[in-house]
Amino acid sequence: MSQRERPLSPFMLGQYYRFQITSVMSFLHRVTGIVLSVGAFLLTLWLVAVASGPEAYAMFAGYAGSACGKIVLAGISFSLIYHLLNGLRHLAWDLGYGFTLKGLYTGGYIVAGLAALLTAVLWYFGFTAGGAA
Amino acid sequence: MSATTKNLRDPLKRARGLGSAKHGTQHFILQRISAVIIAILTPWLLWLLVSLIPADYATVRATLAHPCNAVLLLSFLLALFWHSRLGVQVVIEDYVHHHGFGVIAQILVLFGCALGALVSFVAIGRIVFAG
Repeated sequence: MSQRERPLSPFMLGQYYRFQITSVMSFLHRVTGIVLSVGAFLLTLWLVAVASGPEAYAMFAGYAGSACGKIVLAGISFSLIYHLLNGLRHLAWDLGYGFTLKGLYTGGYIVAGLAALLTAVLWYFGFTAGGAA
Repeated sequence: MSATTKNLRDPLKRARGLGSAKHGTQHFILQRISAVIIAILTPWLLWLLVSLIPADYATVRATLAHPCNAVLLLSFLLALFWHSRLGVQVVIEDYVHHHGFGVIAQILVLFGCALGALVSFVAIGRIVFAG
């Protein structure tokens, strides 16, 4: 008697395992939180550069304006918007709103959509402001 | 696990034997309070940062030296490092299973966040008072 091959969920990531928006967003919340914890130190570094004088500030602005710096800033700004919106979702749950299976999915899609939209708006203003200088 | 076969005492009994940490819901509440402060100030900070992208050094410094901006910026950073520490603490608790590494990581995160907050405090002080 041959045994049928069965998928071993959830360790069988890929074609066997269907991701849910709930777990993916929860995971993203943590990842963006870690990114922002590093970003906090960059914000501090910016303040130190401003406090230290024009040369230090020019150096910081040079790094921030480089291609590499722009990628880092884009990543941090997306993380900030996503973590902020999903954090508001968490606060709503804490107040007792939207903590149903349907609410979790509806809120999840709203946060994902708004995060994409607001990040695009922020990048537009950020990059055009840099280009105008 | 060998520990459970040697020790017949229920793990819950051992956990209870450690006693209450006397912190209760403090972590949860502080995380939410700092989150609300950050959530309120983030739109303002993003507007400030974007508006300062094309500005020259003197303008940036004068803007940050304004008492209103300095106080809000400092509030944001203190709440940010506080919130950051609380969040990373939970991530370490969940994913670092080696007790020693976990303790070292917690101490480093606490020191790092405290240092970040203090350095920000001093930097803003220099901008405001030496400007």
